[in-house]
Amino acid sequence: MSVGLLRFITAGSVDDGKSTLIGRLLVDARGAFEDQVSAAQRDNERRGGKGIDFALLTDGLKAEREQGITIDVAYRYFNTLRRKFIIADAPGHEQYTRNMVTGASTADLALILVDARQGLVTQSRRHAYIAHLVGIRHIIVAVNKMDLVDFKQDVYDRICSEFRNFFEQLGPIDLRFIPISALQGDMVVERGSNLSWYTGDTVMETLETIEIEQQDASHLRFPIQLVNRPPLPELGDFRGYMGKIASGRVSVGQSIAITPGGRQTRVTSILTFDGERTTAFAPQSVTLTLAEDVDTSRGDMITGIDDAPSAKTQFEATICWMSPKPMKAGGKYRLRHTTRLVKALVSGIQHKVDPNTLAKHASPSELQQNDIARISLKTLLPIACDSYRENRETGAFLLIDDNNDTAGAGFIE
Amino acid sequence: MSEDWSHLQALEAESVYILREVVAQFRNPVLLYSIGKDSSVLVHLARKAFYPGPIPFPLLHVDTGYKFPEMLKFREEFTKAIGARLIVHRNEEAIAEGAHPLKLGVARCCGALKTGALLQALGKYQFDAAIGGARRDEERSRAKERVFSFRDSFGQWDPRNQRPELWNLYNGEIHEGESMRVFPLSNWTERDVWQYIQEQNIPIVPLYYARQRKVVFRGTNWIPIDNPEDVREGETVVTEWVRFRTLGCMPCTGAVKSQATTIEEIVAEAGAATRSERETRVIDHGANTMEDKKREGYF
Repeated sequence: MSVGLLRFITAGSVDDGKSTLIGRLLVDARGAFEDQVSAAQRDNERRGGKGIDFALLTDGLKAEREQGITIDVAYRYFNTLRRKFIIADAPGHEQYTRNMVTGASTADLALILVDARQGLVTQSRRHAYIAHLVGIRHIIVAVNKMDLVDFKQDVYDRICSEFRNFFEQLGPIDLRFIPISALQGDMVVERGSNLSWYTGDTVMETLETIEIEQQDASHLRFPIQLVNRPPLPELGDFRGYMGKIASGRVSVGQSIAITPGGRQTRVTSILTFDGERTTAFAPQSVTLTLAEDVDTSRGDMITGIDDAPSAKTQFEATICWMSPKPMKAGGKYRLRHTTRLVKALVSGIQHKVDPNTLAKHASPSELQQNDIARISLKTLLPIACDSYRENRETGAFLLIDDNNDTAGAGFIE
Repeated sequence: MSEDWSHLQALEAESVYILREVVAQFRNPVLLYSIGKDSSVLVHLARKAFYPGPIPFPLLHVDTGYKFPEMLKFREEFTKAIGARLIVHRNEEAIAEGAHPLKLGVARCCGALKTGALLQALGKYQFDAAIGGARRDEERSRAKERVFSFRDSFGQWDPRNQRPELWNLYNGEIHEGESMRVFPLSNWTERDVWQYIQEQNIPIVPLYYARQRKVVFRGTNWIPIDNPEDVREGETVVTEWVRFRTLGCMPCTGAVKSQATTIEEIVAEAGAATRSERETRVIDHGANTMEDKKREGYF
């Protein structure tokens, strides 16, 4: 990922002040324009409110503004001098677990809000678990509404240790804490004057300077998107393999393998509109040409010869079920993995995970919308995959149902 | 990553990937070419995506008959220079009936000349995917839209029932008669677009640059006056230094006061803007919101 671009997700329970925090970041960094702010203000006054309700700025759909809840993920953008930010603003309710998974899937950092009066609540556990499941390695816990606990340090310290204890069960993660008052602005963009005992960075400083740890996915993974054979006589029998490098790097002259199949050849050139390259790295989009005409196409993967992934037709995965139609063992779907679409069968459901308590419930008969479970799958054709823990790009998949809906999001074990 | 890698390069790589996904997943895609700056960027990205080959889909311009003459001139020159296939479609029936925002109201006029014409063209040419230059930062309902945005067989959008979109795994599966709108610039902001135009030296319609123009002040906008008949009662035509932040139809596109005559000055202005670019578009501000228009099949 680019150092100049940080994608993060915000999660919080109802009334944790998430909209206020986002609104403040946007307005202070000029990610929201005056006319958009005054439109939100008009909407609020029309329904009898006073001043600006930041949620009206971020909730994009009529139904959301009418019901006063965030239903769907919204993406927000702002720049500072140091970075460009993309916020996935996801709803916090339990029935929208799938929306949080969606928003988190492209995020490198999670900003989890808690109410200082409540501390670690069931919903915060779920938010932390989802961030961990989706492979986010940086979590900022913003302890909000410090103004309502008289800015007391001992309240903040207690919440920090509750969170640390919970995260110990999940594994190593870069976990940071910031006491804030989104309403009054303390420690969001400005330091304010109420939290002088806190010496760490503000939310904005942290977002601007945090170094995002890259997965140690140094292995070359290049899923072929398209084979380019332009209908231009001057290009002769040109054949280019187009794709976006999922991980690692590739160089001209390098020996490569194609999975599945294992055929080997060499990279002869790396083409871009802006000229030939001698080397390219993730996440660049490039076109490769190979020394030999190999019979390969969309869905195959170009990798190094010593570190090729195994091509599997059976594997275990964690799945977040998204469809209102329940999933049963024996269900048949299309499975989308990198650029490949294959037929897949759910061969078993091992256990369901309760994201609130991390408890496992063995052998459920079916999965409902928002359930998270360990399942086993069989595919008709082999897929070249890594575990999701090692590689978010080559360890992720979708299940698509007969209606063409995206029914499940999977994480390969 | 230790590599020197700017946010614009990251956005470009993502957009190129999305454009290639469209060609990989659809039988007959088309790029909705509006002649504006976002379209210029989109076409530039399409050239990059399929290099050394040509752009493997046509460009479709939905012409309302109310576009600025400078836009039509630019359209011809630009598409010719890059060797793109251009299809122009007009809702001739509505145009013959004299559809005009003053006569029909803005919502109905847009409905006939833009949404209606677009749906006609998609049907006529049997396009199954339409690539557009809309960005999520433009307007709050667009902030909720998917990159691959499903349309039913009536071309309509159901915002409450969108497919979840995770990672970069875009689900383009559709049944006969259904289609997809695809937005490769979803994650770009106005500022990114201008910076990219500057960095890549992408040609744009001269209307984006400031010069002295004849305008009237209407509502909250400076509206250009080419035809004296367009002046309404009580309005005075004045000459002002203005430029356009977005381009639409002449009667409904406002200009902003500006002295920015170079791309550098425009980038500086975009970086310091305190008001959104869609503010100058009359169509966004009626009772018929962008969400309503999008449900009906608008861009």
